[in-house]
Amino acid sequence: MAKIMTSGGEALIRALADENVDIIFGYPGGAALHIYDAIYQQDRVQHILVRHEQAATHAADGFARATGKPGVCLVTSGPGATNAITGIATAYMDSIPLVVISGQVANHLIGTDAFQETDMMGISRPIVKHSFLVQKPEEIPVIVKKAFHIATSGRPGPVVIDVPKNLTDPNEKFEYKFPSDLYLRSFALYDEAENTEVKKAVKLLTESKRPVIYAGGGAINSNAAEEIYEFGKLMGCPVTNTLMGLGVYPASDEQYVGMLGMHGTYEANMVMHEADLIMAIGARFDDRITNNPNKFGLQAKKIHIDSDPSSIDKIINVDVAMTGNAKKVISQINKELKTLNFDNKKFDSWMKKALQWRAEHGLNHNMLNQKNPGDIILPQQVIQSAYKATDGKAFVTSDVGQHQMFAAQYYHFNEPRKWINSGGLGTMGFGLPAAMGVKFAFPDETVACITGEGSIQMCIQELSTCGQYGLPIKIINLNNRALGMVKQWQDMQYGGRYSSISYEDSLPDFIKLAESYGHVGIKVEKLSELEAAMEECFALKDKLVFLDVYVDPDEHVYPMLKAGGDMSEMFLSKTEKTFE
Amino acid sequence: MNHIALLMENQPGALSRVIGLFSQRGYNIDSLSVAPTQDETLSRLTMTIAEEGADINQILKQLYKLVDVVMVQNLSEADALTLELAIIKLNKTKADVEGFLKNYEFEREILDEKDNYTVFKVLGDTQEIENLLSELKKEEFLEVTRSGTLGMTKGNESLATNDQTKISYD
Repeated sequence: MAKIMTSGGEALIRALADENVDIIFGYPGGAALHIYDAIYQQDRVQHILVRHEQAATHAADGFARATGKPGVCLVTSGPGATNAITGIATAYMDSIPLVVISGQVANHLIGTDAFQETDMMGISRPIVKHSFLVQKPEEIPVIVKKAFHIATSGRPGPVVIDVPKNLTDPNEKFEYKFPSDLYLRSFALYDEAENTEVKKAVKLLTESKRPVIYAGGGAINSNAAEEIYEFGKLMGCPVTNTLMGLGVYPASDEQYVGMLGMHGTYEANMVMHEADLIMAIGARFDDRITNNPNKFGLQAKKIHIDSDPSSIDKIINVDVAMTGNAKKVISQINKELKTLNFDNKKFDSWMKKALQWRAEHGLNHNMLNQKNPGDIILPQQVIQSAYKATDGKAFVTSDVGQHQMFAAQYYHFNEPRKWINSGGLGTMGFGLPAAMGVKFAFPDETVACITGEGSIQMCIQELSTCGQYGLPIKIINLNNRALGMVKQWQDMQYGGRYSSISYEDSLPDFIKLAESYGHVGIKVEKLSELEAAMEECFALKDKLVFLDVYVDPDEHVYPMLKAGGDMSEMFLSKTEKTFE
Repeated sequence: MNHIALLMENQPGALSRVIGLFSQRGYNIDSLSVAPTQDETLSRLTMTIAEEGADINQILKQLYKLVDVVMVQNLSEADALTLELAIIKLNKTKADVEGFLKNYEFEREILDEKDNYTVFKVLGDTQEIENLLSELKKEEFLEVTRSGTLGMTKGNESLATNDQTKISYD
């Protein structure tokens, strides 16, 4: 075979193509110009021009969450790199595979405070799984290969490749070789669990009286939905998903008790509190789940499956720890369970108890409608309406705040990878660019971005990108004219002193704004108009629609765990709570 | 006090990842020594963590998770040798210093001296060095530098580097 001679810039793009990357999100600039010239001269990798580097990382992130494949973005040095930081941290906190390529000033300028120089390796170090500073152009294909392997294997995460400009010089060619094998010294990966641990876990499961399955983002990352469903059916016990795990167990299933944690359902939190066995699958006992860890699951034995050994015994000590791939470990457990003559009827009364909790204080849609006498729209009703209009089948991205929690509570996800949100870092501005990434991955699917008038303004410039590439995303803006979640905390804990949450007089006219970018804007202020507007929004198949819905500015998200309490201590409404 | 031995890739940036982990996760390093080994692709570190109640297992797991970290071991849980070198400069005469050192069993050597100062080295256990330093008065010191603890396990075992992990894509 003839030798392929490439420059560093060409090698970089060719290596991406050889890694089966067909789309990258980015923004050009001085240090990345050689790379952009290489992009121009090929057609295997499509480049999407965003309007801000933060959006490039979120779009790549949304693409990764929806597809399970790594997302890729390309930014220039200095401000390009620093603008990407929020998106890298977002992906890091949620264990999302990203490869972020940043241009760097030429080698001889590094350390001189050159124009657009910043120490990207140093700035990104605490928020990456790993990072590479390219030192020789010949090593670019190997570094790309390593970066993809590290980003996608084990517990996924973002990897940065920082490329000094002189190493991508189009005049310096070398032989391109894409490696078929990779050598990484002591890069431990965990696959199946030890059989003895599987047996121990199954013993605890079958001997328990009140077990609960608690599945999180790791279950989605390892594509374990089918196995977890089978496991749920073998156990016949309550199943709850974390904010990051929504959809990994179908919300429509009778054993599903909803999301747990800070704004989890009453029944999910009660099940967790009263359980005598907690089975955590790809979930990390985050503080939004456990509330006070010293009061968490005191009656329960715990089993923990995680691909990252450092997640085990970090917050909560467990009885059986299984480091491995959730999909494979659950298969092992299912296999073992099936060899036993295990009758899950013994959990019937426990399951009944969970349903009784739901009947008492569950999210009650009808109650919502009754509670609302006038034409004021409750934010929950908007989510219900969107759910109805999309038949529950849309990809839903969200930003951060009340609208995010309402979406998580009221849009019932039956499949994994349909719910795309920044759970760990809680990044406002994530929703719209993430929706772009999803739409590029699934052009024929409905993609909705549920947001608020605060969050949407953090990456509103991407309306331009959506126009350029014709992305018919549905933006559903729960407009309460204030930073709702902050306002809720100020109501509940700061005596209603509304510090810096209001901008009502200076909000843009979102309808005109959307129209100025060539999109459609629809404003809804009355409940009686909501359903028709929602239907129109989703019926306009090839248009981006900005649905600006004026919702009750005083609504709070409930249930809400009491700070420092256990999981049974919840505020249920403005007037009801479960504790003294 | 915990002593941790660690082998890592001898690569630019590897040390900053290890050190960064400590500040990022809220742990304190009391001493750190690092240098290449007989295999020039590897550096070896010994770290001392004095903090009471530090979750050493969590620290070990977080360290091992770093891609550049090849192997990590808690020497305090093994039968291990630890050793530290200190160079001490005092405003005392050689005779005074020798008199003072009589009470200790350190390997020691006077390196430099005149009428109004003496520089000497001591080689020994970290705790013993700390005891020695605490016996001296503040105004007697000119300066002190310490290597940080170095350590390895006794016996014929070594902090092994696993063979490179080969990942095939066929």
